[in-house]
Amino acid sequence: MARALSCRPYLAAFAARFRVMLQYRAAAWAGFTTQCWWGGLKVMVYAAFYHHTTQVGGPMTLAQTITYTWLAQALFTLQPWSGDPDVAAGVRTGAIGYDRLRPIDTYHWWFVRAAAWMTARALPRAALMALAAAVVLPLLHLDAWAWRMPADAAHAALFLLSLVWMIVLSVAFTMLLNLCIVATLTDRGINTLAPALVILFTGNLLPLGLLPDWLQPAMLAQPFAGMLDIPMRIYIGTLDLTGAWIGIGLQVFWSLVLIALGRAGLRRVMARLEMQGG
Amino acid sequence: MNALYLLSRYFISSVRGQLLYPGVNLLLGLGAFLTSIIELVGIWALFQRFGNVQGWRYGDICLFFGMVSISFALADFLSRGFDVFGSEFVRTGDFDRLLLRPRSAALQLIGYDFRLKVLGRLLQGLLVLGVATHSLGLIWHPATVGLALWTIAGGVALFFGLMVLQATLAFWTVESLEIVNVVTYGGVQAAQFPLSLYAHWFRNFLIFVVPIACIAYFPVLAILHKSDPTGMPDWFLPLAPAVGFVFLAVSLAVWRFGVRKYTSTGT
Repeated sequence: MARALSCRPYLAAFAARFRVMLQYRAAAWAGFTTQCWWGGLKVMVYAAFYHHTTQVGGPMTLAQTITYTWLAQALFTLQPWSGDPDVAAGVRTGAIGYDRLRPIDTYHWWFVRAAAWMTARALPRAALMALAAAVVLPLLHLDAWAWRMPADAAHAALFLLSLVWMIVLSVAFTMLLNLCIVATLTDRGINTLAPALVILFTGNLLPLGLLPDWLQPAMLAQPFAGMLDIPMRIYIGTLDLTGAWIGIGLQVFWSLVLIALGRAGLRRVMARLEMQGG
Repeated sequence: MNALYLLSRYFISSVRGQLLYPGVNLLLGLGAFLTSIIELVGIWALFQRFGNVQGWRYGDICLFFGMVSISFALADFLSRGFDVFGSEFVRTGDFDRLLLRPRSAALQLIGYDFRLKVLGRLLQGLLVLGVATHSLGLIWHPATVGLALWTIAGGVALFFGLMVLQATLAFWTVESLEIVNVVTYGGVQAAQFPLSLYAHWFRNFLIFVVPIACIAYFPVLAILHKSDPTGMPDWFLPLAPAVGFVFLAVSLAVWRFGVRKYTSTGT
């Protein structure tokens, strides 16, 4: 089989799911509203802490923290909050039997479908959030609370590269969640536990840079940092260019590790997969 | 009396059903506990980094957070039927069956499900209260305990009222509106921090539109024996939870209006 041919079903699967997920407009608006509320709350709390602090010269300025907060809310669905609902439904109904019958690699198949599921939901939310926080807020003379531009052109370019690896890494982690769902036959257990890890260690709860200084090396090295904090630090410019390349290197490293784990795990789980009923 | 008996039957059958799957429910409870306790890490890190803010200490924030968590957990425990009302009752037409039975629909919806996983958040709230007590050296006199219970009761009433309003909206939208989660889960988030940190318009929203400040911020100030820096008179602080009951009464009135207007989606 020619190599060019083998890529097509994956591209088609990605495009199909991407278009389907874009249709959920009400969900996009609901998500946007929620993220405005959460972002606005955080911004007000950070502003209060920064204005009353007795310590000077922290790791991030208030403007950087605020930009980090809006951007993190905009990219909310690019983070691995749960397994793919289609995989969970497939496990319940037995439809993953069909996935096994397709003449394609199941890991790749689920990977591109999860990537489409996450990116398609992020697109409208990020656009709305950018409009609200980067355009509307300054128009309302709330410049102090606005989402700022990236630090400079070089950081902007590296941010885009890091964003791509954030997606790869997040999808690779979503695949591990999918694996748990297939192994335990339910999505309820892992979907309740995973968010606790993700919210804390990716920096969604609080930028990792604001955690105590003695935790910093460990926080940057762990795999979840690449799922939000590293691209955010590059965008706001708290990582210099060398630091940015190291950050991206960490993202690539963890992506490869998680993908290898996922592939090995899926092979083992699928080997003992039992289909019931007919 | 009959209503209470019925509720206890609902309660027993719901809990029995869940205990058939102890592992899953333990895991769900653990998840609820972890996702809510993790907020404390964020608050702790902020105080580590910046120190006290406007004179508020770490323990003060824990007291706000613990109280509102307990209120929300209890309300969540009682209101599952209202939470899923749109998708499980209106869209399916199952609400017709509830109306045919000779008991009030509200009673049957309370009895719909008592989810044990909610205990995870309750445990988190109690734990955070413990942290606050330890950190502030609080002494719980009978009067303080009474005030705390009154605050929690008002909070349960308010969050329950919000769920009832969410369910009422479903009469017109025929769906469960998750947007209401913004003021329930988001309200718990907002109530963690003192009102004085927020912008003026947002304070007014939390006092007059969705009065979460009245069941968290104001009464907790009374527990702390503090005056309100935003200028609410001292005598109002311990009375504020009553607003939660007013909110519930208004919600139930709107609910009854919705039930009268209800037309089935048919089969």
